[in-house]
Amino acid sequence: MAVCVAVVSHNNSPKYIACVNPDNELEFHYKVHTSLDVIEEKLSNTGKSNTESREFYLGILYSTEEHTIYGYVTNTKVKFMIVTETSNKLLRDNEIRAMFRKLHSAYTHIICNPFYVPGDDIKSKYFEQMARSVMVS
Amino acid sequence: MTQTSVADEILLDLIHAEIVSYASHSDSNEKKVCLSVIPQIKFLLKYKNLCLCFRLTKDWTRFKDELDTMKFICTELWIAIYKKQIDNLRTNYQGTYLLQDNSFRFLSKMSTGSQYLESAGKYVIFTCGLIRGALSNLGINAIVSTEINTMPVVKFHIQVPQPHN
Repeated sequence: MAVCVAVVSHNNSPKYIACVNPDNELEFHYKVHTSLDVIEEKLSNTGKSNTESREFYLGILYSTEEHTIYGYVTNTKVKFMIVTETSNKLLRDNEIRAMFRKLHSAYTHIICNPFYVPGDDIKSKYFEQMARSVMVS
Repeated sequence: MTQTSVADEILLDLIHAEIVSYASHSDSNEKKVCLSVIPQIKFLLKYKNLCLCFRLTKDWTRFKDELDTMKFICTELWIAIYKKQIDNLRTNYQGTYLLQDNSFRFLSKMSTGSQYLESAGKYVIFTCGLIRGALSNLGINAIVSTEINTMPVVKFHIQVPQPHN
């Protein structure tokens, strides 16, 4: 359902990006990285108002005619982003949230791999599989 | 308590004892060596900490501020490593935090007199690195120092540089 999944590290360098159609990867790189500013803004606003929820899930970052971008930030400042097609009205917030949770636990798994050097790009087959499953489901 | 969890606990004690003895025996000048090993331990901890932080923070809500992060260190992280909570957390709300552990695990097996007070410093370096690494993974760059006045009590001073307004 999602068309693109991206992971961005705490210092805003891209760690992983996968899209349904590999030809569009560059376009998504661009879109994902423009939404980083929105994440930053949302993060700096929390803490000031206590009423705001302190979930990892940030909701819609922005949407264009074609795509809608959702964001998710962990306590360790790793950002996950999912891009969906705006025309797809079937997606609910809860489904997106479940997708992010799936990605988060997959990420936790690969971080715990002793052979993974922190800061490297993600090349894990397991993560790949999980990302694909988010995009297909 | 099951058998496995008992064995579980001793492993950390053993490897920690080994780290300390490695750090202090590789040169006759103890202080100097300890100092030179610190950055390495810190580096190591920073990365190994990452998986710990990820595991532990997965089901938390997003941290609101620094104090929230400190609370996480005092409870979750401390329980995961030392099987107990920090006994006292104090702050001046200006970037200084004081964490007090009344019975620090690595010192609790030693005599409570002043006999080993001098060498006690070696046994807290690891933990300094641990705290610092955990904080840096959670987005806070801090300076950690310790204070040991009476034996099993350790005070960790955490100094977080404040952004200049």
